Amino acid sequence: MAETPSGVLRVDARAAGQRLVNQWLANIHTAPARGQPVAYIFVMGNAIEILRSFGFEMVFPEINSLQTGVRKAAPDFLAKAEDYGFSPDVCSYVKADVGLMLSNMEHPSGTHMPTPDLAIASSLCNVYIKWAEIWERRFGTPAFVLDIPGKRFESWRPLPGTPQYEADKRWVEGQLRDLIARCEDITGKKFDPDRLAEVETHVNEMVRLWTEILQLNQHRPAPYNSMLDGLTYIGVLNAWRGTPEGVEYMRLLRDEVADKIARGEGRVPNERFRLIFSGTPCYVNMRRLVELFESHGGVFAASDYLTYAAGGLDSSGLFYDPSRPLESLAEVTTLASQLGLSNHFFSHHTLARQVKEYAADGIVYHGIKSCRTVATSMADNREYVTSRYGLPTLYIESDLIDPRYWSDAQIKNRVDAFFEVLEQRSLLDGGQ
Amino acid sequence: MAIEIESSLIEILARCHELSMRQEITDDEADNAIGYFPVYFPEEIVHAAGLRPHALLGGGNRIEVRYADARIGSFVCSICRSTAELGLNGALSGLGGFFAQPICDAAKHMAGVWGRNFPQQNPQILALPQNVNSPAAVRYVYDEYQRLRSVLEEKVGHDITDEAIHASLGIYNENRRLQRALYTIKRDDPARLSTVEAYLLVRAGTRLRRERHNELLREALRLLPERRVRPMDKPRVLFLGGFCEQPPLEMLETIEDVCFIVDDDLLIGQRWITSDVPEDGDPVWALAESYIQRSAASPVQYDARKHKEDTLMTLLREARAEAAIIAAAKFCEPGLDDQLALSRRLDAEKVPYLVLEFEEKMTSFEQMAMQVETFAESLLFE
Repeated sequence: MAETPSGVLRVDARAAGQRLVNQWLANIHTAPARGQPVAYIFVMGNAIEILRSFGFEMVFPEINSLQTGVRKAAPDFLAKAEDYGFSPDVCSYVKADVGLMLSNMEHPSGTHMPTPDLAIASSLCNVYIKWAEIWERRFGTPAFVLDIPGKRFESWRPLPGTPQYEADKRWVEGQLRDLIARCEDITGKKFDPDRLAEVETHVNEMVRLWTEILQLNQHRPAPYNSMLDGLTYIGVLNAWRGTPEGVEYMRLLRDEVADKIARGEGRVPNERFRLIFSGTPCYVNMRRLVELFESHGGVFAASDYLTYAAGGLDSSGLFYDPSRPLESLAEVTTLASQLGLSNHFFSHHTLARQVKEYAADGIVYHGIKSCRTVATSMADNREYVTSRYGLPTLYIESDLIDPRYWSDAQIKNRVDAFFEVLEQRSLLDGGQ
Repeated sequence: MAIEIESSLIEILARCHELSMRQEITDDEADNAIGYFPVYFPEEIVHAAGLRPHALLGGGNRIEVRYADARIGSFVCSICRSTAELGLNGALSGLGGFFAQPICDAAKHMAGVWGRNFPQQNPQILALPQNVNSPAAVRYVYDEYQRLRSVLEEKVGHDITDEAIHASLGIYNENRRLQRALYTIKRDDPARLSTVEAYLLVRAGTRLRRERHNELLREALRLLPERRVRPMDKPRVLFLGGFCEQPPLEMLETIEDVCFIVDDDLLIGQRWITSDVPEDGDPVWALAESYIQRSAASPVQYDARKHKEDTLMTLLREARAEAAIIAAAKFCEPGLDDQLALSRRLDAEKVPYLVLEFEEKMTSFEQMAMQVETFAESLLFE
């Protein structure tokens, strides 16, 4: 329970989030016994709205894999995959999932992961597709590849009504119709547009609240750290997207964050520097990484991760029109891809804009050894942002969940040196 | 006579070698060459615009990386790094356009790198689909090709007519027939045409207008049947792993010292469309439909009709290969994933195979030579 500024006691979002995660894992565990079909999906481009309308239980193998890191079990899982023959240079999420397969699907959370009845891999990360091929081999579940064309160049702005927008939307809608046919085959149920509309209404409300929560962190001091607290938020958001429980959680969270602001509480006591984080977390050492920054009074006020790892709908205020649920799903899926989820390749101006919006002092780029989706050209991006906008930036490298690529002393030295630069700039600017 | 034929072939191959290794866009071609990153690109549309498609095939093992290491992650494949280097060192400053495709996550970033550093080349992604099994796929590819057509029309300042594209289809259909003829010789009579030679003949096409390349291939195909050939006893192997980053020539030579490579996926994008593109009707539709319906396979495309391991077994059978060399470029996620899957299938089928990892920038081949020799001996004396 947490106390509001007016003294009212309320269930705190952290406890509610934990309860929802536990309930979600329990639902996954018991899905086969309950006869509920199971879908394997990813966080970017997953068409979860359709799956929920058919009553699938969702397994997110990315979340399973990151959880092996959080729970310090990743080395064993990675070793199993490498012993099986996977290269050290392959995505560590993929290898952790293979490790899970080689561990009789017994996840360190205590959940027995069921095998998929349906597996969807979007083209927003090409590794998703290779990963789905591994499931095909292992489980015999044919992959459903959902190709969602991203932006073609940085200034790509598809406008509804233009032939280009219509072409991309038509393509996505065609595939969604294929997916519906496959869902009907698997579940034996007819597609129910009303149920889809209902799910979309819940998503709309979650997106509205999530956008508000992100914007609340523009407040100084920032009420939460986007790369620590924020990771929990999006875990719940993904797992419960499109549900009344998800809406209730987001509302609780929004109120809690707003209350912190009202009380004048910041995540970091004596916040001194506000930073934007670009890239994916290092789940085996994220608490340590955040501590290295917070010890200098630095907080990650925003992160592009909280957009693309949360479905991308917050990126441009995208909402479904439940009165035409399927068409609207195609439109929003296309736009979310082009405005939010394919932005890794062209994120330089977006990051610079976030610096302004969050009154940030610099950008921290976290290059991930095994994630080329976000990290391939980060150093080039950094060079551009530094020279074009004159912003202080830091580039560090480690991995998603592989502790072998975490070098504490090296990263600490770089972080300390970065803060020296920020301190000097602060002095030159007249101090804070 | 035999000497004359051999010297004519050597002359052609030397010309191909010179062309194939050319990195720089020459001044006389400035702004006329449209660069594209592997694997496949609908070159016919570029050709019909009066421009020259220029396949970006990395820097090989002859460039020094001076700038790109500070721009590209340390865990990224060599072809991305060296292509960035060729941009940053000015070798590609004459490109009149730059296209990447969503073959993998690193390749998509190349459009971002180019956009930040060379915006004047109008860099962008040609969003070829990863789902080729939907009934809606041909229409989508058609729409994306029409977008490419508009981009090029704006560049050249005039329409690219259907007639012009039809003419280009005819030239490219002939080119594909000639390439297939080369591969037939390589498969049926590998002593007559080595893989390195076939590779150079094909790769030269990435630096020439196709009409000129057709002439070159026709001449080579005229000479090859007359070539004097000595019989050699070497095992017949299939080579896979050259669909994007290119293995160094020395690596292919090392393999060919002891094996016949009777089929391969080197520069598979050049042979992506496996039969003639229909020359009647809407030419852009014909190209789009061919991309979906008459195409090869690679690790960077999912196609439910082309199960990867089954495709491997078909290739082995059709090439009458007794073994396989399954290579992958370092840091190439799709290649490395497939390498494992294919190896396990070969284990199950009891087909001998060798796994190799390479980088285009490799310069030392002694260790690989030892591996390949041991492999070839095991095949010969088994």
